[in-house]
Amino acid sequence: MHTYRVTHLKQLEAESIYVLREFAAQFEKPVLLFSGGKDSIVMAWLARKAFWPARMPFPLMHVDTGHNFHETMEYRDKFIADIRAELLVASVQESIDKGRVVEEKGPKASRNGLQTVTLLDGLEEHAFDAALGGGRRDEEKARAKERFFSHRDEFGQWDPKNQRPELWNIFNGRKLHGEHFRVFPLSNWTEMDIWQYIKLENIPLPSLYFAHERECFERDGTLIAKTDFISMLPEEEKSLARRTVRFRTIGDATCTGAVLSSAATLDDIIDEVAAARQTERGNRSDDKRSETAMEDRKKQGYF
Amino acid sequence: MSEERGYLDMDLLRFTTAGSVDDGKSTLIGRLLYDSKNIFEDQLDAVEASSKQRGDEQVNLALLTDGLRAEREQGITIDVAYRYFATPKRKFIIADTPGHIQYTRNMVTGASTANLAIILIDARKGVIEQTCRHAFIASLLRIQHITVCINKMDLVDWDEDTYQKIVQEFKDFASRLESVVEVTFIPISALKGDNVVDKSTHMNWYQGPTLLYHLETVYIGSDANHVDARFPVQWVIRPHSNEYHDFRGFAGRVAGGVFKPGDEVTVLPSGFSTKIKAIHNMGEELQEAFHPQSVTITLEDEIDTSRGDMIVKPNNQPKVEQDIEAMICWFSDSKKLQMRGKYILRHTTKEVKAIVKEVKYKVNINTLHKIEDDLEFGLNDIGRISLRTSSPLFYDSYHRNRQTGSFVLIDEFTNETVAAGMIL
Ligand SMILES: Nc1nc2c(ncn2[C@@H]2O[C@H](COP(=O)(O)OP(=O)(O)O)[C@@H](O)[C@H]2O)c(=O)[nH]1
Repeated sequence: MHTYRVTHLKQLEAESIYVLREFAAQFEKPVLLFSGGKDSIVMAWLARKAFWPARMPFPLMHVDTGHNFHETMEYRDKFIADIRAELLVASVQESIDKGRVVEEKGPKASRNGLQTVTLLDGLEEHAFDAALGGGRRDEEKARAKERFFSHRDEFGQWDPKNQRPELWNIFNGRKLHGEHFRVFPLSNWTEMDIWQYIKLENIPLPSLYFAHERECFERDGTLIAKTDFISMLPEEEKSLARRTVRFRTIGDATCTGAVLSSAATLDDIIDEVAAARQTERGNRSDDKRSETAMEDRKKQGYF
Repeated sequence: MSEERGYLDMDLLRFTTAGSVDDGKSTLIGRLLYDSKNIFEDQLDAVEASSKQRGDEQVNLALLTDGLRAEREQGITIDVAYRYFATPKRKFIIADTPGHIQYTRNMVTGASTANLAIILIDARKGVIEQTCRHAFIASLLRIQHITVCINKMDLVDWDEDTYQKIVQEFKDFASRLESVVEVTFIPISALKGDNVVDKSTHMNWYQGPTLLYHLETVYIGSDANHVDARFPVQWVIRPHSNEYHDFRGFAGRVAGGVFKPGDEVTVLPSGFSTKIKAIHNMGEELQEAFHPQSVTITLEDEIDTSRGDMIVKPNNQPKVEQDIEAMICWFSDSKKLQMRGKYILRHTTKEVKAIVKEVKYKVNINTLHKIEDDLEFGLNDIGRISLRTSSPLFYDSYHRNRQTGSFVLIDEFTNETVAAGMIL
C-alpha cells in the first residue's frame, strides 16, 4: 500500500511556507524583520522557498544597534545576496543622532532598550503594515499562546483581548487603518527543530554559532565577549580569559551571552541541544539586560 | 552520517487535552514532559522553588504548565496554550485548552488542528456532563482518535471494576456520536506516573499500551483525505526574470487528494481544463503532492488563475454553491449572531460575504439535545445555520475534508473572528 507520509520537519516547513504566503497575500506593505540570528535566517530561507523562483515579495529589515560582531555583518550581507533579498537597515545610531532616543551611560550601558523606537520608526517610515518575526512558542511560557497572526493596535501594542482565535489554517489579517500585524511563521518550531532543519537544508550560519576561541569575561553569571563596544568593571576584568565558546543566540555584542562549548559542527550542536539541561534563555542571568538580548526584544513591544 | 539520524524520519502528532478542572490535566502534561525528559533543569528548578513556596510535599508537576493556572486564579481570559515535546519517534504539539464550560470556544480552536484528543476522567467521579461535552466537541471537529485517560487510579485502589464501569459508561455515550474512528482507554495515575510513560506495576490486569506509547504509535497516516484532489490557489508566482521568463506558478497547500505531473486538472471557477506540467518545492521537482504539503504547480496551458481559485480533477469536483448549511460555534462575547446579518466569510484562500438566512437549532452540548425554542446565538453556542454567500464556494462537507469544509465568520466592522463553521 502506498503511504502518504510527511516527516515532522517537512510538515513544519510546509506550514511555515503556507503562513508566509498568507502573509504576503493579506497585507499591503509587508516586511521581514531580520535579526541575524538562526531563527530569522531560517525564516528568510523559507521565504526564499515560498516564492521561488521569484524573489520574495517583501524586503528584510535589520534593526542595527551598531554593536555588532563583524562576523554577523559579513554573514548578513552574503546571505542576503545569496537568497536574492532586499535589505533595509534601521539604525539605532541614527535614532541617537536624531535625538529620538538617549544613549545609556555607564559600563553596563546597552542599546537593547533603544531598538524598539528604531524599529517602530522604521516601520512607520516605510509605512509597513505587517512584519514577520522569528518568534517561537517554545521560547518561554508567556509565548505559548501567541498567534501566528498577532494583532497590534496603532501604537504597536499587543492587547490580549484583541487576539483572534486561529482555527484550521484560516488566518484573519483584516485590520483597521493604522493597525498592524506581527506574523510568526515559526510558531510551532522548537529550538531542536530549527537546528535539525538547518542541518537538513544545509543552511549556512554565522561562524559565531560554532565553537571558537574568544576573549570573554563574566558579567552577572554570563560570559560576555570583549569587544570595542564594552567596558569592563575591575572585577570583571579579572575574569577575562580566552575560552572555547559558542553563541546560542546572536544579537547585540554587548549583551549576548556565550556558552562554553566545543561543538564545532551542526551534528555536535544537535547533540549538545539534545543533551542540554538548560533552556536557550537559561544561559543568561536573571538580569534584565540579558533577558532582553537581541532575540528577545519582543518584551518591549518589539515582538 | 546525517541519513542515519532518526530525526529525519520523525512524524508529527497534534493533540488536545480536555478534562474538567482538577481532573489532573496539568499534572498529566507535566508528567508527560518530565518522564519523557523534555524538561530543562532551569524550568525544573523554577517549579521546585514554587512548589516549596506553596508548601507542596513533592514537586508539583502541574506547575510546569502553570500559565493557565495563574490566569484562572486571576480570572483573566483563558486561551489555548501550545506546548511541544518530542521522542525519537514523533514530535508532539499539544493544544492545551481549559475544560470549563466557558471555554468551549478554546476547545473548538484547539481541536480544529488536532489528530487526537485526550479526555481525562477522574476515576472517583466517572463520566460526568463535562466528559460528554468534551467528547461531543472532539467528534464535531472530526478528531479521529480519542484517548480516554481514567486518572487518579491510585485513589480507587487501582480497581479494575471501577475502570471497566467507566469504560462502559463512556462507550454508551460515545455510541451517540457520529464520527469518532477510534477510542482507546488507559487507566493512569498522572500524579504517580502509572501508565503515562512507564508501565504501571499496580494494575497488572491492564494489558494495553502506556499513554506515551500510544501517542507514539497511533496510526494517523490515513487521517487526511487522499481521494479528492483539491488545491486552493494561495499566490501566483511570476518571476519576470530572464531565466524564468514564462514561469507562472500557482502556489498553495494541497487540501486533499494527490496531484502528479501529467494529471488532467480543472481550474475553478473558470472550469477550463489542462494538465499539470510540474510540481515544485523550490529547486526540487516532486513526483506527487498531497496534504499537508506546500508546493507550486505549473500548468501546460495558460489559464487565467488567481488567489481564491481552486485546482481540482475534472472527474472529482467539489460542490460549487452559494447556499451553505453548516454547524457553527459562536466565538464573540460582545455580539450575538444576527439573523439576516452580513458577515465576511473566509474559506480556504477565498473571502466572500455571507448573509445568515436561517438559524435551525442550537445543541445542548451536555445532553446533545436540539434546542429549537431559543435560537439566540451567544458566546460558546453551537448549532446549525444556513448561509448564502456573495459568490460560490468550492467546498466539500467537513466530514469529508477538514480543509475544504471549514470556514470562519468575521465581523465586518470590528474584524473580529466571530464564528467557526463546519459545512454539512
Ligand atoms: N491522587 C492523585 N492525585 C492527582 C492525580 N492527578 C492529579 N492529581 C491531583 O489533583 C489535583 C488537580 O490536578 P491538576 O493537574 O492541577 O488538575 P487540572 O485542573 O485538570 O489541571 C492536584 O492536587 C493534583 O496533585 C492522580 O493521578 N492521583
